[in-house]
Order: sequence, then structure tokens, then C-alpha cells
Amino acid sequence: MAFYDWLLFLHIASAFALVAALVVFWTIAVAARNVDRPVESLRYFSIAKPANILVAAGTVGTLIFGIWLAIDSDAYHPWDWWVLFAIVLWAISASTGQRGGQTYQQAAQLASQLASEGRADEPSAELQMRLQDRRAMWLNIVSSAAVLALLVIMIYKPGA
Amino acid sequence: MSVLAAIRPDSWNFPLLLHVFGAMILVGGLVTAVTALLLGWRRDTPFYSRLGFWSLLLVAFPAWWIMRIGGEWIASKEDFPEGDEPTWLGIGYITAELGGLLLLIAIILTGIGVRRMRKQESEKSSLVRIGGVLATLILCAYIVAMWAMSGKPG
Repeated sequence: MAFYDWLLFLHIASAFALVAALVVFWTIAVAARNVDRPVESLRYFSIAKPANILVAAGTVGTLIFGIWLAIDSDAYHPWDWWVLFAIVLWAISASTGQRGGQTYQQAAQLASQLASEGRADEPSAELQMRLQDRRAMWLNIVSSAAVLALLVIMIYKPGA
Repeated sequence: MSVLAAIRPDSWNFPLLLHVFGAMILVGGLVTAVTALLLGWRRDTPFYSRLGFWSLLLVAFPAWWIMRIGGEWIASKEDFPEGDEPTWLGIGYITAELGGLLLLIAIILTGIGVRRMRKQESEKSSLVRIGGVLATLILCAYIVAMWAMSGKPG
């Protein structure tokens, strides 16, 4: 395999890691939508831990290897408009995903705090409110839609 | 290689999008299931086993079909001569078919295991554990397939 092929593999592997993490987050978000007890929410958050690593590696990897590919390739350039548009979509996805994730991070901290106080089995309205936060949900929808748009741009390469 | 990728016919784009999208969701469903089923080996087995089972059934299984239909569609467009298919395509077919079969077995085993755990109010199930091992193997196979599909060795 040529160097370009390895770069392409790493770029695609990063994209897979990113989307896989989003699938984990959405599965948890749907499954845990009515959870109000810290003990239950902590179980879901433990599943999200590997996904947190995947989303970070995938977000950074797609950008670095993507730009590297554009520099290495004879057919594409980093200043091609579809590459620039992809970078804008990447920035939208990363920023909205990070802001949306903060709410869930706060919910995880609250659940840990309640559990450490011996209230792991008591329903908490505040915890439920954070898990059902509409703003966080919309930020995650925008982030996932941007990733989907990125995938479409990467396949169709308009203008290339 | 990069020039060839740039001149891919437009009519190939949608099947390729379908194939890649399905594969990404499939890997996501498997990552969720594997994480849940492996966590279930140590604690709160019924909860994690249920989540692992439903992830396999409702996320990974439909995504496998999207990946497979998209893959077959684009393979028909590429129209490689029979018996002269590239190595990467062979790897893709083997992992897709074998992975699909193992996925089906994993769903059935974890489904039966979860049902038995609920009925017997048991905390452990060998069937769920086998399902977890199978899901891990499928995930590893699809990582190899992703390498073959993207790097196209041979």
C-alpha cells in the first residue's frame, strides 16, 4: 500500500470512530430519556466512556489526515471549495457537539455526586431535567447533521 | 490512485454513500453492544445485556442491510470480471457475509440469554457472554474490512 492509501485509511478510520461515537451517544440518549435515578444514569454514562475517546480521536483524526490527504494528493488541494466547505462543517460539528456534550457531562457529575451522598436510588428532578435538556439535544442534532453533510461532501466531492 | 478516485462516475456516488453510511452505523451499533456486553461481564449484567441485545437488533442489524445493499449496488456498477475481482473486494465480501451470519447468531444468543435471565431472575448468562465475544469478533473483522476497502491492497 502506498503512503496515500495509508493516509486515506487513517482518515476513513477516524471518520468511522467519530460516527461510531455519535451512534453510541444517540443510543444512550434515546435509551436514557426517561431516567431520573443516579444509579441508572451512571450505568449509561459508563457505556459512553469509550465513545468519549472515540469522538476525540475521530474529530482530530478526520481533520489532520483529511488536510494531509489534500496536500499529498495531485487531484485535490486544501483550498478547493469543497475541502474548505468540509472544514467549515467539521468546525460546526465539533463546536456544537462539544457544547451539547457539556450538559451531559454536568449530568454525569451530578449523578456521581448524588451517588456519593448515598442517594443513588432516589429520583432526582434536576438530573432528569439535564438528561432531557432540549438545547443540548438540538446542539447534538446539529452536530450529527453536520457530520452527515460532511460524509455527503466527501463522497460527492462537488467541483472536484 | 487519487486521480482515479477523483474521476469516479457520478452514478456511483449514491450507492457508495449508502454503503459507507450503513457501515459506519453498523460499527457504531457494534461498539455500543460490545461496550455494554463487556461491561456486563463484571456488574449489573441484566441491564447491560439488554442494552447490548437491543443495540445489536435495532442498530447493527438494520445497518448491516444498508451496508450490504449499498455494497452490492456499487459492486454491480463497477462490474469486475468474474474470477478477476481485486483482493480488497474479496475481503469485503467475506467479512460482510461472515460478519452478517455471526451478527445474526449473536443477536439470537443474546436475545435468548436476556430472556432466560429475566425469567430465572439470574445475574449471569453464558449465551450473552458468547454473544459478546461474537460481537467483538465481528467488530474486529469489520475494522479489517474497512482497511481493505479504503487502502485497497492488491
